[in-house]
Amino acid sequence: MCLAIPMRVIEKQGEIGKVEQGGVVREVSFALMPDVACGDHVLVHAGFAIERLEAAEAAETLALLRELMAAGEQEAGGD
Amino acid sequence: MTDERAALAALLRSADAASALARAIRDLAEGLGTVRLMEVCGTHTVAIRRSGLPSLLPESIELLSGPGCPVCVTPDEDIDRAIAMAGLDGVCLCTFGDMLRVPGSSGSLERARASGADVRVVYSPLDAVALARRSPERQVIFAGVGFETTAPTVAAAVRSAAGLTNFSVLAAHKLVPPALEALVAREDFSVHGFLMPGHVSTIIGSDAYSPVARQHGVPCVVAGFEPGDILLAIWMLLRQMRDGRAEVEVEYRSAVRPEGNLRALELMGSVYEPVDSTWRGLGAIPASGLGLRASQAAFDARLRHPVEVAPSKGRPGCRCGEVLVGALRPDGCALFGRSCTPATPIGPCMVSSEGSCAAYYRYSR
Ligand code: SF4
Repeated sequence: MCLAIPMRVIEKQGEIGKVEQGGVVREVSFALMPDVACGDHVLVHAGFAIERLEAAEAAETLALLRELMAAGEQEAGGD
Repeated sequence: MTDERAALAALLRSADAASALARAIRDLAEGLGTVRLMEVCGTHTVAIRRSGLPSLLPESIELLSGPGCPVCVTPDEDIDRAIAMAGLDGVCLCTFGDMLRVPGSSGSLERARASGADVRVVYSPLDAVALARRSPERQVIFAGVGFETTAPTVAAAVRSAAGLTNFSVLAAHKLVPPALEALVAREDFSVHGFLMPGHVSTIIGSDAYSPVARQHGVPCVVAGFEPGDILLAIWMLLRQMRDGRAEVEVEYRSAVRPEGNLRALELMGSVYEPVDSTWRGLGAIPASGLGLRASQAAFDARLRHPVEVAPSKGRPGCRCGEVLVGALRPDGCALFGRSCTPATPIGPCMVSSEGSCAAYYRYSR
C-alpha cells in the first residue's frame, strides 16, 4: 500500500501539475512537496508528490555499491 | 534523469551487483551465527519473495515479515465499521483497492458492494473529494487506512474539502514507530535487525527509529525497493552487527532524510492527532494510530455517521496475528495452502497481495 513511483515533473501550476514516467502522464498534487520544479524527479503516492529524489545522495549509495563490487572482484580474482 | 540516479537504479537491478552483494553478505555472515532480520513493509515483503532474494543468502540468515502490511494489521472492527457505514442510506464509501477484499468479522467491502452498497475504489483521496463535490446528494466517506506514507495525502484531501458538508474520513491510520517499539519490548522478540520501510521513512524521517536502535539496541537500515537495495541494506545491517553498533542507517538515501518531509508531517499533524489503536497481532498500543482532531470534527465520519460494531470473534485456525509479528512463518499455519489460498483466503494476510501469507504462497512454496 505504501508503493510510490518515481516520476518526472513536467508541469506545475501552484499545487497542481503533471508528472511523467515511461510515457505515462499523471496529474498530481504538490501540496506535500511544494518546492519542486519542472525536471525534478519525485516519488508519487496516491496522487501526491511525497518527496523529491536527490541525485547527490544517490551518488553516495552508488559509490558504496561500486566499492563493494570492486572488492568482490578482487577477492574473486584471488581465489 | 540525472546520471547518478539512473546509474544507481540500473546497478541495483543488475545481476552483477546482486552477486557481488550476495558474496559480501556471505563474508560478513560467517562470523555472526544465526541472524534473524525483519522487514516492516509489505512492498519489501513482495519484492523479497518475488525476486527470490532469500536464495542468494546463506542459510544462517532468516528473513521475517513484520507488521508492515497496513490492511493486514487493521483489526476486524475497523473493517466492520467501514462495511457498516457503506450500508447507510445515501452513503458512498470510497477506499483504496487494497481494502476491498479484506475480510471483517463477516463479509468484506466487496461483498457489501455486490449486495448493493455504494463502494468505490479510488486511486487518490482527492478523487473522493472530487466525487463529493460532483454529488451533493451523496455523503462520501473515505476509508482512511494506511501508514504515514498515506496519512498526509488524506490530510491534504481533508484540507482541500473545506466547505464541503458531504465529505468525511473514517480514520483508521496506523503509525509505524510505536508498533515497532511495542514489538521489540515483547518477551518473545528475537530479531537482530530491521529493514525499515522506505516510503514511510520518506515522510517520518529516519530519526523516528532512533529509540528502536538506541534504547533497544536493534540495528535499523531504511531500504529502497529494488532487490539490490534490499541486499545492500542487509549487508549494512550485518556490518552493524559485526561492529557491535545499533544505529539507524539509510540505504535509500535519494528519498529519505533524517527529519522526513516536514511539510507533510505538519499537514498531517494539523488534521490528525495520535490516538490509541489496536493492531492485529500486537493488540492495543498507545498513540499508535491517528484520529481526526476535534477541530476537524466536521470531517470525522465516526461522529457524522455513527455505527455500532460488535467485537470480532476472530477466524478459527487463522494465525495472522502470529505471522504479523514474525512469530510464525506463513507455512507454519495449518490452513496455509490447504483451505487458505489467494483464491479462497481466510485471513487478511492471504487476502492482501502484500500480506506475508499471499507473498509466500505466490513465490516461496
Ligand atoms: S495462511 Fe491463511 S489462515 Fe493461516 S495465517 Fe495466513 S491468512 Fe490466516
